[in-house]
Formats: sequence, C-alpha cells, structure tokens
Amino acid sequence: MLKIDNLHATVGGTEILKGLSLTINAGEVHAIMGPNGAGKSTLSYVLGGRPGYEVTEGSVTFNGQDLLALEPHERAAAGLFLGFQYPVEIPGVSNVQFLREALNAQRKARGEEPLSGGDFLKLAREKAGLLRLDMEMLKRPVNVGFSGGEKKRAEMVQMGILDPKLAVLDETDSGLDIDALRVVGEGINAIMRKPDRGVLLITHYQRLLDYVKPDRVHVLAKGRIVTSGGPELALRLEQEGYEAVAA
Amino acid sequence: MTDAAIIPLARPSTRDEEWRYADPAFLAQADGAALAQWRVLEVPAGETRQEIRTLLPGGDGSVDRLRVRVGKDGRFAMFVTNAGAAYSRVEVEVTLAEGAHFEFGGVTIGGGDNIQEFVTRTIHAAPGATSNQTVRAVQWGRSTGNFLGRIEVARDAQQTDAAQNFRAILLEKGATANTKPELEIFADDVKCAHGAAIGALDETAGFYMAARGLPPEIARKLLVRAFVADAFAGIADEATREAMLDQALSVLGDAV
Repeated sequence: MLKIDNLHATVGGTEILKGLSLTINAGEVHAIMGPNGAGKSTLSYVLGGRPGYEVTEGSVTFNGQDLLALEPHERAAAGLFLGFQYPVEIPGVSNVQFLREALNAQRKARGEEPLSGGDFLKLAREKAGLLRLDMEMLKRPVNVGFSGGEKKRAEMVQMGILDPKLAVLDETDSGLDIDALRVVGEGINAIMRKPDRGVLLITHYQRLLDYVKPDRVHVLAKGRIVTSGGPELALRLEQEGYEAVAA
Repeated sequence: MTDAAIIPLARPSTRDEEWRYADPAFLAQADGAALAQWRVLEVPAGETRQEIRTLLPGGDGSVDRLRVRVGKDGRFAMFVTNAGAAYSRVEVEVTLAEGAHFEFGGVTIGGGDNIQEFVTRTIHAAPGATSNQTVRAVQWGRSTGNFLGRIEVARDAQQTDAAQNFRAILLEKGATANTKPELEIFADDVKCAHGAAIGALDETAGFYMAARGLPPEIARKLLVRAFVADAFAGIADEATREAMLDQALSVLGDAV
C-alpha cells in the first residue's frame, strides 16, 4: 500500500529525514516511535505534502502512484489521511460545511457523485456517535474553542467521514485522558482495522498501542528507522528507553 | 490664463487628509462640483433605517457621499460591498443624537489596479450614542483597499461607546491596504475601541484544508468567506446576509 524508499527531506535547508525506508501492506497497522526531534512529524508532513518540507532524495509510492508528484489535496483524494498533532482552528467555517466540501471535493476528484446534505448529515452523525462527540460541536467552527481531547476526537470523526485508505496519525494520543484515549483507540479500530486499509501511528508512548495493536513497530532516530520489530518492541522501549533500544 | 484658474470648485487632491489614499488620476479628471455632492438622509427619533449596497466591478469608478443625521434613540445601519472598479469611494458622515446607534459593515474586494475605499466620519454629538464599524479588505493584483475612519466625540457626549475594527487580507504581493483611524475625543466618560491588522491568508489553515481534500481555490473561498462575514454579521436577515456574502465572494472568482 505504502512504500517509502530511502527518503531524504529538508526543512528550511536542514536535513531531517536521512534515508528512511518503510513498507506498509494493506491490512496492517504500523507504529513509529522515537524521541523528540527524530523526524516523526516531519515524516507526516512530507507524506501530506506540506509546503516547506522538501524531498531531496528517495521515493514514496502509494497504491502504485508516485505520492510525491501529487498536490496535498490530490493525496487526500487518493486516500491519504493526515491526523494532525495540533489540529488547526478555522474561525467562521463550520465543521459540517468544511467536511461536506472536503468529502465532495474528494468524490469529485475520484469521479463520484457528490453526497446530498441529508446523506452527509446522516454520515456525520454516525461517525460523531462512534467517537462520542456531540453533533452540536460539528455545527461549530472547525476546532475553535475545542479542548485538546475534543480536537483529537474531531480529527477521528473527520477520518471516519472521509474514509481514507491510509491514515497517518501524528501523536493523536497526545492531550488525551484515559477515557478519551480508549474512545479514540476504538474509533481508529472501527474505522481503519480492515483488510484494505493501512495505519501509520506516530507516537511517543506505548499507551495508545494498548488499544490499537500494531503489527509492526519502528524506532525512528536521527531521521531514519534504526530498528523494527513486533508489538513487544514498544513495551521494551517503554521499559528501557529509546537510547538503550536504538543504540 | 490657464484652465486651472477658472475651475469654479476646488477639487480635492491627495494632499487633503480625507483623500490621501485616493487615486490622483481619477481626481484630476473628475468634476469638482459632482465630487462635492452629498446624498442626505434623516433618520427620525426612535426609528431605524438600513442601507445595503453593492458596487460591482466594471465602470470608470465612482464617489458616493452620504450624510446622515440620526435622531434620538434612532438607528442607522449601512452594509456595503465595494468591489468597484478604478477608484471607488464610499463615504458616510453620521451625526448621532442622544442614544442613537450607527452600525457599519464594509468589504472592499478586488484586484487589478483598483483603489477601493471607505471613509467614515462618526460624530457622537450627544450623550449615550453608540457606533460599531467593521471593515474587511480582500485585495490581490495591484489593488488597494482603504479605510479611513474618523470618530468625533463632542464635549457633552458622555457614555459614548464607539468601536472600529479593520482587517485586511492581501492574497498577492503587490496588493495594498491602508487604514487610518482617527479619534477626536472631548468628553471624558467614553469607550472607544479600535483595532487593525493586515496579513496574508492563513497558510496553516490552507494546508489543513488541503490535507482534507479541498483544492486551494475552494479552501481560499471558504477562508475568505469566513473573513468577510464579520462585516455583515450585523445584518439581521439571514437571506440578505448570505446574498451579500455570495455577491462579495463572486468577485473572488477573478483572483489568481
């Protein structure tokens, strides 16, 4: 599904990713863990195509397509979802309006018919229910006045509505209390744990992985994957620290 | 004798404070007498009047000057989209009696070489009057959006509450926005608030929206719509408000 090969990327002239390679097959959940400054968020932004994140070497193939050749909105239409560590506030634009426009833009790009207002609201209500987010919140401006936990749950509602093939979730667990963590974890499983889907979880901590069991765990340090393993690697990291495991 | 010496009415020039951001070329060929014309509106005590206008692109420019007197506890509201071509000036002078209110919402939106401006003069002549002005500018190309807002509070106009807010988004390098708030206050128990900000469209929001699948032109439309909506928030009727927004946004279709 996703094949990252020898990826090098710079931000503001500084090389952050230094030869990162990673393959995610359909039906798999991968976790990337690593210390601050390892390049975790840079990886998610490079995959999303954020301006200012420049790929200098390597390739990324997504379902047979050259991902790096696509504009950010084309990547979304191709089935990539980027969960933000810090979801952005958009005053004056309601979640419902934003997501309906986004979904229909994606459908249009794929040659599908737009969803009617009624059908969209039904879909939004269903996904909000899954993440236990009050439907009233979706009528409010995007992320404005939302608590940290509400923002992350709203991200997952967005993911549910947009129904991507691959989700790259950048520290979706940060800012969540234990109850919210469970709701978000179950949401990720319900939406993305399917044979034709893939997930890349980017996280500092083991705790989200208690709810979303990864098939593979990778340790990112200094811009590349230094070691990979099964779910047990995350537990080892938690106990021994990055330095011991990544050395 | 030169032609200049026989012009009967002095034309304003950009040396005049109230015309400092005007288009000199427009003023040079304008009819001085026409520029000195004011429309006049009286709002009787206790009554409400609303004026809603849209200056569409096209034409050779225009100057519209309106002088309003609002009677005791009366209310005058004015909402304008200024998408006018060349030099388009909308000027309003409002004198407020005791307890009267002036609500102003203005949007300049355009590209090319257009100079679009609002000039307001709000005179709080008596106690307890309030005014609220919200102006938004969206400019691209080499266009300019201006807001000159003068607030005068007379000596006995205590408990005046006047607010003025201007924000501009420049979609391209080369576009300009100017604002000149002017407060002249002779009373001491007065609340006057004003704020101004000029910037570019929020790139972080733009990427966030792209990451959800919105093409840049749709993302920009949503952001600009939310931005200008502040100016029309005071329009009570929702259908009218939406129509004003749609009309303002239709101009954006010409932007790069």
